[in-house]
Amino acid sequence: MEIVGQRFADSEYFIPDLVYSGEILKEITDMVKPKLAKAAEVKRVGKVVMGTVAGDIHDIGKDIVVFMLDVNGFEVYDLGVDVPAQKFVDKIKESGAPIVGLSGFLALAYDSMKQTVEAIKDAGLRDEVKVMIGGGQITEEIKKYTGADAYGKDAMVGVSLAKKWTGAK
Amino acid sequence: MEKKWEELSSDERQEALFQRWISPEGVEFASPEAEKLYKERTTRIKDAIQLKKLPDRVPVMLIPSFAPAFYSGLTPHDVMYDYDKIKTAWKKFFMDFQPDTHGGCEVPSPGKFLDILDFKLYKWPGHGVSPETTYQCIEGEYMKADEYDALIQDPFYFLSFTWASRIFGALEPLQTVPHRASIFEMYGVSFPFIPYGLPPVQAAYKALLEAGNEAVKWIGVISSFSKEMPELGFPAHQAGPTKAPFDVIGDTLRGTRGIMLDMYRQPDKLLQAMEAMTPIMIQTGVGAAKQAGNPLIFMPLHKGADGFLSDKQFKTFYWPTLRKVIMGLIDEGVVPLLWAEGGYNSRLEVIRDLPKGKVGWLFDLTDMAKAKEALDGIACVMGNMPMDLLTVGTPKDAREHAKKLIDTCGKGGGYIMANGAFFDEVKWENLKAIVDFTKEYGVYK
Repeated sequence: MEIVGQRFADSEYFIPDLVYSGEILKEITDMVKPKLAKAAEVKRVGKVVMGTVAGDIHDIGKDIVVFMLDVNGFEVYDLGVDVPAQKFVDKIKESGAPIVGLSGFLALAYDSMKQTVEAIKDAGLRDEVKVMIGGGQITEEIKKYTGADAYGKDAMVGVSLAKKWTGAK
Repeated sequence: MEKKWEELSSDERQEALFQRWISPEGVEFASPEAEKLYKERTTRIKDAIQLKKLPDRVPVMLIPSFAPAFYSGLTPHDVMYDYDKIKTAWKKFFMDFQPDTHGGCEVPSPGKFLDILDFKLYKWPGHGVSPETTYQCIEGEYMKADEYDALIQDPFYFLSFTWASRIFGALEPLQTVPHRASIFEMYGVSFPFIPYGLPPVQAAYKALLEAGNEAVKWIGVISSFSKEMPELGFPAHQAGPTKAPFDVIGDTLRGTRGIMLDMYRQPDKLLQAMEAMTPIMIQTGVGAAKQAGNPLIFMPLHKGADGFLSDKQFKTFYWPTLRKVIMGLIDEGVVPLLWAEGGYNSRLEVIRDLPKGKVGWLFDLTDMAKAKEALDGIACVMGNMPMDLLTVGTPKDAREHAKKLIDTCGKGGGYIMANGAFFDEVKWENLKAIVDFTKEYGVYK
């Protein structure tokens, strides 16, 4: 899967190739898992809480970022779609993850992202975490508007940001 | 003697449809000024698209999602459940901003209709998302991986019964309704009708009748808006929509994941199915354009955007049938307005392969200088007023971006100012700035 991730990063693979590779892996895992005594321990380089913000149910972009973070060694807590701000706060507290990724496709996500960043701040966690945002209509201007630390144009930027913030290579 | 439609060339057909749009039958203009505005606006857009004559200025369109509701202080839920509010809000929006066109007011689908039929394909305000939120599609495999043959052999039956029985909860019993093509003579004539006598199927038809009543109530409001706006000087910038075959199957039949697995596992079936959908998508656009007497048909494009497919995948799976739909529309004189949502930077070379002056390309996040360069002399480019700017920018930012667009894309005609993505709540002063600035700065001298 690392090779798949690398090929995606190099624009050799696109979304259909990720989807198909993921499907193959899932089928192999389903076959092999019952025969394994214990799942192999994977060394994780850092933790990330991810989710699509409140009011938005789009998941394609978020799922790609989750996949790319995962194959790059991150432990990802995927909260799914339409995630209320409080759920992000709770997960940050519970997991101790230093990075939060907020995804959103619709423009209404601008405000949900802003509210989520504010909720993190109100919970006294703003200095504990770095917040990255991403999605179809997300730009530098929106980063400023929401109070996030950075935005990613694509999944690879998300991975580089996470690596930079955790000091992972 | 006037030539019959069948005898006209595609150029003549386009011209004929444009003329019907510019000089519509039965429209009683509210004032001579409204009539003048209407003619100027339609002619301006025709000139921008045809690339034959320099328009008097850059046309400007606003293509809102639920923005008119928000502008009137209403929620999407309000307008989806109280149809009269749609007309008031949409009219106010277009009257206040004064763009060159109106886009109809069909965005708020009738909420009660969706409730009656238990629509499964979307979440809508008050039904899965909050009243302040717009409706959103729930991706899924509404067509199964082994159903390509059923779709290919009889798309009409598959979509009207099999698919419909899955996307509308109330129509689930319809999956037991057999094909009536099996009636040939007296013997057995009543067999296929037996399901219609059974309570579940009768309940489904009862729901259909109720839903139909609701749709009729709704369309009454929508048509009164569409009738009144031209009288006030606003032409409609679309007669209706159609779609790319890849998106038809990838959006709401197989879903993104489904279609992408099919590209690997059963590419031939997928290609055949898209071919089967091609004439249907052409007919959808042609029918709407001819009925409305308006050549403009919007085609929102989804899964061919940058990053979704590789170059090769785009050329193999997305573009061939999309191009066939475009050419089929063009042949009937229809002008597809292709709305390339997301980025289309990597597709510019491929999409140049179209005849001159027959389509508009509306871009969202594509590099507009490159788009203009690629399509110069081939097609009108449109759009690119960005969502972030509309939402958090200032009127000054809006004017600066509009100036850049007019300078880059407006040169020699062939550009229509418009938003890049469907919008809801934005800073209204930014919309006003774009329209007013375009009217002033976009004049061709």
